[in-house]
Amino acid sequence: MSSAFRIPSAGRLSQVRTARFSFDGQSYTGIEGDTLASALLANGVHLVGRSFKYHRPRGVLSAGAEEPNALVQIVRDDARKTPNVRATVQELYDGLAANSQNRWPSLSFDVGAVNDLASPLFSAGFYYKTFMWPKAAWKSLYEPKIREAAGLGVSPDKPDPDHYSSRYAHCDVLVLGGGAAGIAAALAAAETGVRVILADEQAEFGGSLRFESGAKIDGQGGFAWAQAAIAKLSAMDNVRVLSRTTAFGYYAQNFVGLVERVSDHLKAPGHDLPRERLWQVRAKCVVLASGAIERHMVFANNDRPGIMLAGAARTFLNHYGVAVGRNVGVYTANDSAYAAAIDLKKAGVNVAAIVDLRDNPTGPVIDEARALGIEINFGRAVIRAGGKLRVSSMTVQPKNGGGERTIPVDAILMSAGWTPSVHLFSQSRGKVAFNDETKRFVPGTYAQDCVSVGACNGTDGLSATVDEAYAAGAKAARDAGGKTAKGTKPKVDGSENWSRGMLGAAPGAGPDTTVKAFVDFQNDVTAKDIRQAVHEGMRSIEHVKRFTTNGMATDQGKTSNMHGLAIAAETLGKPIPEVGLTTFRAPYTPVTFGAIVSHARGPLFDPTRKTAIHPWAEAQGAVFEDVGQWKRAWYFPKAGEDMHAAVDRECVAVRTNAGLFDASTLGKIEVVGPDAAKFMELLYTNPWEKLEPGRCRYGIMLREDGFIYDDGVVGRLAPDRFHVTTTTGGAPRVMNHMEDYLQTEFPHLNVWLTSITEQWAVIAVQGPKSRDIIAPLVEGIDMSDEALPHMSVREGKICGVPTRLFRMSFTGERGFEVNVPADYGQAVWEALWAEGQKHGATAYGTEAMHVLRAEKGYIIVGQDTDGTVTPNDAGLDWAVGKKKADFVGIRGLTRPDLVAKGRKQLVGLKTKDPKVVLEEGAQIVEDPKQAIPMKMIGHVTSSYWSQNCGRSIALALVAGGRDRMGDTLYVPMPNGVIEVEVTGMVFFDETGGRLNG
Amino acid sequence: MLLIRCPYCEEERPELEFRNAGEAHIARSANMAGESDDDFEKFFFIRSNPKGIIYERWRHMHGCARFFNAVRDTVTDKFIMTYKAGEPKPSKLPKNSNEVVAK
Repeated sequence: MSSAFRIPSAGRLSQVRTARFSFDGQSYTGIEGDTLASALLANGVHLVGRSFKYHRPRGVLSAGAEEPNALVQIVRDDARKTPNVRATVQELYDGLAANSQNRWPSLSFDVGAVNDLASPLFSAGFYYKTFMWPKAAWKSLYEPKIREAAGLGVSPDKPDPDHYSSRYAHCDVLVLGGGAAGIAAALAAAETGVRVILADEQAEFGGSLRFESGAKIDGQGGFAWAQAAIAKLSAMDNVRVLSRTTAFGYYAQNFVGLVERVSDHLKAPGHDLPRERLWQVRAKCVVLASGAIERHMVFANNDRPGIMLAGAARTFLNHYGVAVGRNVGVYTANDSAYAAAIDLKKAGVNVAAIVDLRDNPTGPVIDEARALGIEINFGRAVIRAGGKLRVSSMTVQPKNGGGERTIPVDAILMSAGWTPSVHLFSQSRGKVAFNDETKRFVPGTYAQDCVSVGACNGTDGLSATVDEAYAAGAKAARDAGGKTAKGTKPKVDGSENWSRGMLGAAPGAGPDTTVKAFVDFQNDVTAKDIRQAVHEGMRSIEHVKRFTTNGMATDQGKTSNMHGLAIAAETLGKPIPEVGLTTFRAPYTPVTFGAIVSHARGPLFDPTRKTAIHPWAEAQGAVFEDVGQWKRAWYFPKAGEDMHAAVDRECVAVRTNAGLFDASTLGKIEVVGPDAAKFMELLYTNPWEKLEPGRCRYGIMLREDGFIYDDGVVGRLAPDRFHVTTTTGGAPRVMNHMEDYLQTEFPHLNVWLTSITEQWAVIAVQGPKSRDIIAPLVEGIDMSDEALPHMSVREGKICGVPTRLFRMSFTGERGFEVNVPADYGQAVWEALWAEGQKHGATAYGTEAMHVLRAEKGYIIVGQDTDGTVTPNDAGLDWAVGKKKADFVGIRGLTRPDLVAKGRKQLVGLKTKDPKVVLEEGAQIVEDPKQAIPMKMIGHVTSSYWSQNCGRSIALALVAGGRDRMGDTLYVPMPNGVIEVEVTGMVFFDETGGRLNG
Repeated sequence: MLLIRCPYCEEERPELEFRNAGEAHIARSANMAGESDDDFEKFFFIRSNPKGIIYERWRHMHGCARFFNAVRDTVTDKFIMTYKAGEPKPSKLPKNSNEVVAK
């Protein structure tokens, strides 16, 4: 079935390969190779959306990535509902379903269009001025309502089911843009043998050769030449050709981000293909061949559906075989629109009139149009368009005033000229320069190894473009070490040539009328808004932009920025370069989160670290918690137990019999070498030289500022060998801290540092029965209290495998930490577990571990300290070697603020009501009756229910805490004030007798 | 993403392998405990934060793990040179890559 506006003799699509699609539930037929826009236009559908603010009916403006109006929602299934897809970019596939956006109840009857009538209220800056009072209403009332009324598509509400991929690539010459310039540059570079990547955002290469019917290269039509050249390049081993690939960002050191749309154009992509692929390319030289974007004319009602860029209408005709109307008008300020009129006329479309703002232009296209019998009006302006859901007429007037004449049309083709696409050049930190003669910004000063060629460089005409691009490609290749080229430069036999045009508002835009002459279609910014911004005091273009939102929509002002700038400059009475250009920022076109995130989501978002004993804990039904990247067993619930019941049982069992705890995640670093003790002296506050081999010591590490950085038990295995433990979360930074000092401050010390965290599995066996459980499995270690006292370490064997057996305790009970090679971790655990069963042992998790250590007042660095706590604040002054000449932090500890009175000190807190458990982080005050804001003197750092103590316990940092023993303080909470008593930090077994119990 | 030349590996590697470690050439006193408050303040808290050339430390964290020094231009983000830890602050820099390439 042929669609009404399809012209069989025009375009390049095969008419037999049809594709069915729907728009707002209505079924249509298109052709494979169509975009959604061309397929809709082929069916006579121009009305495709409603505008952002005024809900005005909108049609297709362009035929490419710059499209501001034709944004639709593509619905593949329940989870795949992509909003804000440009219909001019979306390729048609059989079964495509699209919906219009920002309208209710329907596209042709939209209640929100009342905003258009009320538009005097909604002019520039209206949000800032109108919704000031009452302040609280902004969040609760104004913002939600505005967001509901203004807007684009609807975000999908389900997780993205597609997958995305990511590749890194290096090349000698990266060519961005696959029109005549890009292809010529790529050919020149590729022929020298260097590695070339050529990328273009379109499905087919050719750029403006898609519509330039006058282009002839190497004896063929321009588009046919492009396809032949691409076929040749694709066949070369040193060339990678990427279509449907947008270079969206140009970063430092010639690093360019590109997104390849792999499967959005396919009917059934299948699971093998990613939806998109992110390319991160490092190039020796980048050739920018990004072309130019046509500007619209700024006149009243220039946004009516059916009014579009002349080049777009020409693309729809010459590439897709679609006539955008049957009786079209043309409104232009440069030659290029004539070519569109000529092509349409030749295809059988009536051209009602060409209205040219220029006075007496001459040139071959004008002669040709006249010869075809097209009416041409010089020195006249279209002052407004008629029609609402579709343009119905254009009203013409001499540009200096005079009689009006209204011409019926069903489409208007407009062209104010072409803006070089300097986006990527500008992103590369290059500086643009304004050419006063051609009224355009072109690349000026370069900051990176790149070169602009063709239309984006302000080069006019196909012949000059190909010459420039071919030379640039050859030079880039030569600079990258390429051989002398064997190829020949493409010969341009036919060329179209147009430049110039106009910037800013045309006569139909005002100056002081209330008409809507749109500058920025997507954000509904009119010429009047920009003038108003200047009148209200905005002087910088950056302020004008933010006040009016001109250029701030998802199209980033590709069609609007230059008009907006010119209107502001004119209103200010300043030349354009003095007003300045807003900064171009990545991304060039919107990039999906999926492409950036790629595979790094779900389980692959961050590595998960599991201990050797993890499978056992999992089989026992442990509940796990995340500690950094580690999964740690939190508690081991038995049938019917909640967390509290399980933790209470585990805590009591450890103190009654024994408990097994997987401490493998503890950071472990081996410090080895003749100067190992000297190094330890410098990195920790404690003295180490006199620690005998076989003994352990609790060590504190400071930063230079005197604050606690990490802590852990250190065992000396030999005079030149220390087994250092760190906090679980601190292991990497402690290693970095040690390496930093060893490499840069103390390089004279003969020491090696090795991370051994993952080499040793650690099984803590704690409790009165712990020795009975371990002893039967150990060989070669005397387990008596005399031979192996508290805080000692021995090497021997357990279950036949090597062990470093520490006698140490983080529970206050007799305790051991059994280190075995990680490969044997689970086997040794299971052997100990079997022994433990004979003695009533339990497995306990991190929560019970926390409670048990808090019962003894043992601190956790990072929970009870926060980077502003000194050893003295934490009650650990005993661990600082007073006779030492130097250690990291020694000077920091004597800073005036660190020795001042009234510092926050760690103390214990007991609630007056023993059943009340404080909230960690809760603030503490002296007088609960004082006025708000109260003076806060500290906060709770650790708080638990202790089944062993039969009451709640807490640790807190309190100003002057140790001088407040026995005092009553208060913790104000939303449900009332909690009374607490300041106590020592040890809540259980204050004498420490149980360490040998 | 920047490419950084590790002076130990003698290779340009992607920024992902490296970690910045703050300003370079700030020596820790041999008599740390005896430093005055003013000197300690200068040593620990005061940093130059220049617009332009900065001498800074980097670590080839996911490579050879060595700390080294670099000269970088904070305006262009360009690395002018890198050199090994312990080597003196270069008295003369190679041609300033801050210069823009005129085409």
